[in-house]
Amino acid sequence: MTVAGHGPGHDPGVPGGHDASGGFAPSGWVALDVVVVLLLAGAGVAYGVGAARARGRGPWPWPRTLSWYAGAACVGAALVGPLAAAARGAFTAHMAGHVLLGMLGPLLLVQAAPVTVALRALPVAAARRLTRALRARPVRVLTHPVTAAVLDGGGLWLLYTTALYPRMHASALVHAAVHAHVLLAGYLFTAALVGVDPDPHRASVRVRAAVLVAFVAAHSVLAKWAYAHPPAGVPGGDARQGAQLMYYAGDVVDVALMVLLLAGWYAAARPRTPAVVAGAAGAARREAA
Amino acid sequence: MSEGGTRRGAPAGQGADVDLDRRTVLSGVLFGAGVAASMIDLFVFHLGLQWHHFYDLSTTRVALLADGVFHAFGWFVTVAGLFLLADVRRRAAVRWARWVGAVVAGVGLFQLLDGVVSHKLLGIHQIRYGVDLLLYDVVWIGSAAVLLVAGLVVVRRTRPAPAAG
Repeated sequence: MTVAGHGPGHDPGVPGGHDASGGFAPSGWVALDVVVVLLLAGAGVAYGVGAARARGRGPWPWPRTLSWYAGAACVGAALVGPLAAAARGAFTAHMAGHVLLGMLGPLLLVQAAPVTVALRALPVAAARRLTRALRARPVRVLTHPVTAAVLDGGGLWLLYTTALYPRMHASALVHAAVHAHVLLAGYLFTAALVGVDPDPHRASVRVRAAVLVAFVAAHSVLAKWAYAHPPAGVPGGDARQGAQLMYYAGDVVDVALMVLLLAGWYAAARPRTPAVVAGAAGAARREAA
Repeated sequence: MSEGGTRRGAPAGQGADVDLDRRTVLSGVLFGAGVAASMIDLFVFHLGLQWHHFYDLSTTRVALLADGVFHAFGWFVTVAGLFLLADVRRRAAVRWARWVGAVVAGVGLFQLLDGVVSHKLLGIHQIRYGVDLLLYDVVWIGSAAVLLVAGLVVVRRTRPAPAAG
């Protein structure tokens, strides 16, 4: 949480034009840090209180709670502190932050089932309102895997292939907007594919698998594109290193998503009678039924 | 792969009509092709021999897209192949010789596609740089064909006897 790290002590040896001392008031960056810390603290307290109340209605598995705080830690590491400071000057550090903020953090937050916590912790009337809100058409469209994938992947394409990337480092406001988008779109995408919260309109495994494969393809193409065409102001060596980090670290999280998605299929496709010995037994069972 | 339920844990209702033999072969081919695409290339040619570059910068946009799709499918079918195997295993005894034959065929199939389509037709990348490629291409494509044929022979020989009643 070194707020001072964003000050004028910017490494002058790093090229790239992310000049931390000109063109904006440093107070904007400090305010951004404060807002992030407050939001994260709020998210931590809210989940803790919610999980404690949820336990009143039955056991709440501790891995979900752990997942929430680990996810919040990923988001925090990406937004405040030394990695966030380094990300202003170096593409590779920026990319490490984005893997935490847009992929790993959301995956952990989604596995914590925050909506389920809220539904169990809220009074009945409020919980009903939340359920109704989640069923509304705009939410339904937004949480469809295709929409979520376009928001997530499309945002990254804009960021790395347009002037948005240098602009983001010149304005605390644009910076905040880009990072909020990366986190929220990452969450939406992960929840649409492997969410554990109730989703009345969950897409079929086939649709989710197709969207995931297309997203992984787009992500790896973008990484190779950034490798060959560095974003504005990023020197070649830094861009190549950052692009490879995006590619390989992205792979790790993407394979985790594939495993979770197919584990969902595996659980759903389980045979009704576990002790089936031969294929013929299935037919016999059906005839008997 | 058959369709799962709309929600995790919901019964998919296809427990009775799964063709386990077909699923065994499919699992092997997918896993073999996936391993060839995602792991052999990464660990042997990129990291081990360092013959392949991350990206050789000579690629057209279409080839770059094809490369990305190959990459994504590679990981997905690796994982999907293993889940299908687990599914066969929880329903019946796995016929391992048949599965291994299908894996070998899958490796051969992907290497053959990679050698002909990615290396030669699309020019995504070459096997090695700064050497006469002909020998490398012949060995790559030839060994892929041998693996494919060997795998297919095993799969054919391990065909289950026609169901008796």
